[in-house]
Amino acid sequence: MKAWTLHLALIAGLFAAQFLLSPYHATNLARIMVLAVFAMGYNLAFGYTGLLSLGHALFFAAGMYAAGLSAQFWGLSAGPALILGIFGGGAMAAAVGLLALRTAGVSFMIVTLMFAQAGYLTILYFGATTGGDEGFTLPAATRTFLGFDLSTDTPRFLAALTIFAAGLLVSLVVVRSPFGRTMVAMRENEERSRMLGMNPFTVKLAALAISGLYSGAAGAAYALLFGYVGASFATIQYSILPMLYVLLGGAGTTLGPFLGAVLMFALIEAASNLTSAYLFLVGAALVALVLFAPKGILGTVRERVARWLP
Amino acid sequence: MAPLIETRGLTLHFGGLKAVDGVDFRLNPGEIHALIGPNGAGKTTFVSLLSGRRMPQSGAILLAGEDITRLPAHARVRKGIAYTFQITSIFPRLSVFDNVALAVQSHGARDLPAKTRDALVRVGLGGLEDQEAQTLSYGHQRLLELAMGLALAPRVLILDEPTQGLAASEIDSFIRLIESLVPETTVLLIEHNMEVVMDLATRITVLNFGQVLASGTPAQIRGNPAVQEAYLGA
Repeated sequence: MKAWTLHLALIAGLFAAQFLLSPYHATNLARIMVLAVFAMGYNLAFGYTGLLSLGHALFFAAGMYAAGLSAQFWGLSAGPALILGIFGGGAMAAAVGLLALRTAGVSFMIVTLMFAQAGYLTILYFGATTGGDEGFTLPAATRTFLGFDLSTDTPRFLAALTIFAAGLLVSLVVVRSPFGRTMVAMRENEERSRMLGMNPFTVKLAALAISGLYSGAAGAAYALLFGYVGASFATIQYSILPMLYVLLGGAGTTLGPFLGAVLMFALIEAASNLTSAYLFLVGAALVALVLFAPKGILGTVRERVARWLP
Repeated sequence: MAPLIETRGLTLHFGGLKAVDGVDFRLNPGEIHALIGPNGAGKTTFVSLLSGRRMPQSGAILLAGEDITRLPAHARVRKGIAYTFQITSIFPRLSVFDNVALAVQSHGARDLPAKTRDALVRVGLGGLEDQEAQTLSYGHQRLLELAMGLALAPRVLILDEPTQGLAASEIDSFIRLIESLVPETTVLLIEHNMEVVMDLATRITVLNFGQVLASGTPAQIRGNPAVQEAYLGA
């Protein structure tokens, strides 16, 4: 009950924020919400199930290109393109998982990284279709949903908020379900889980596929709301990004990915106002985080103050 | 009586070490069967083969007549073979409730809270549901391990040194608890504490160098000269 109240309050607060923020900051917040969906997906795999993937950019890009290419070449509007993107991310994650989940630990990190690199190179290789490095901008006509133009501020913000709210509430339901408990069991003690009758492979595959659905949704939403699709979103940076959000906000907490995304955005903005070497400050902040709050902000809050935090 | 579990010529060698060497074994339904033998006799390896944590090099394992030799461990658990670990293996950072709920929900999530509490009350951990498992005392962690095994509602419960590290008072209630499980559940128990074995077991199998040295009632085992020489008399 407390948890539901908190999550719904956050969604209500974000809804209100669009009236309080300048258009510049509201657009940034929409971007943060979309990237937070990506991080929520990453969190389900890494934070809850213990799957440390370095290849999530591939799932994000799968959603982005599934939506972007279908809008570009078939003229699909935002709704169907988003659905294609969601399933594109999920299918890609399931396919990668079928192979990569034969490994664990460091090998899993390397295998997922390699898959993502292969995906990136594939996008470049088919540059005639994908636009390669330069990417392409989506035709304005496809960026509409039920008659609303998603390239304008209010519809864009509301679309981002809707996707974010759906992702957040679904993740809350998932982690509090018996399946959520099973995911955590994989992270905590896989061998014991096996001896309680769970098949680790299928549990992890399902978790990774759900994670892929989230990543695909975020990738597709990013393309549709901000109008640009490019290979840079398939690079290693976009695999690291959700990991940083999750680690900062708190791995294995439902609100951690959003909090991490907000803080990282704010940190980069503040640091880049101070110096052109802003990544140095960001790095120092992350080192401090690892040293003093290795469980992330909400992980520490849960440990010290609020045990009920999901 | 048809055995619940039967092994035929079960073998697993580690290089030159014959950990389990052609073991023919029968576990009858409803019995408490103790597996004893000196350290390194192959007891834990043998039950690892039964539970599917290891695969044998040759031989067969039958569960109620069905060949399960190549079945993976999690599938055997679903068929009713539960294994509790010698070295306590719980989910240390999860609550006591979640530890047992994981076992309950693996065979259907109906009445999850009630069934979970039942299993905890049965081992005497009622009221500790919300505690983090790693904060329990060692004895309570052993009992939690047992509750997880019970919560699987198994046909066969394999206990690997369950009384190790328990206080004398805890051992008494443990014995009563195991006795209350039969005949619905069949118990296979590896145990070093001979008092517990003689008190509890209806049949005993002695392993030595990976082979069955003797098998019989507690009285037969006590009177067996080969067993005395290899193990009991030492």
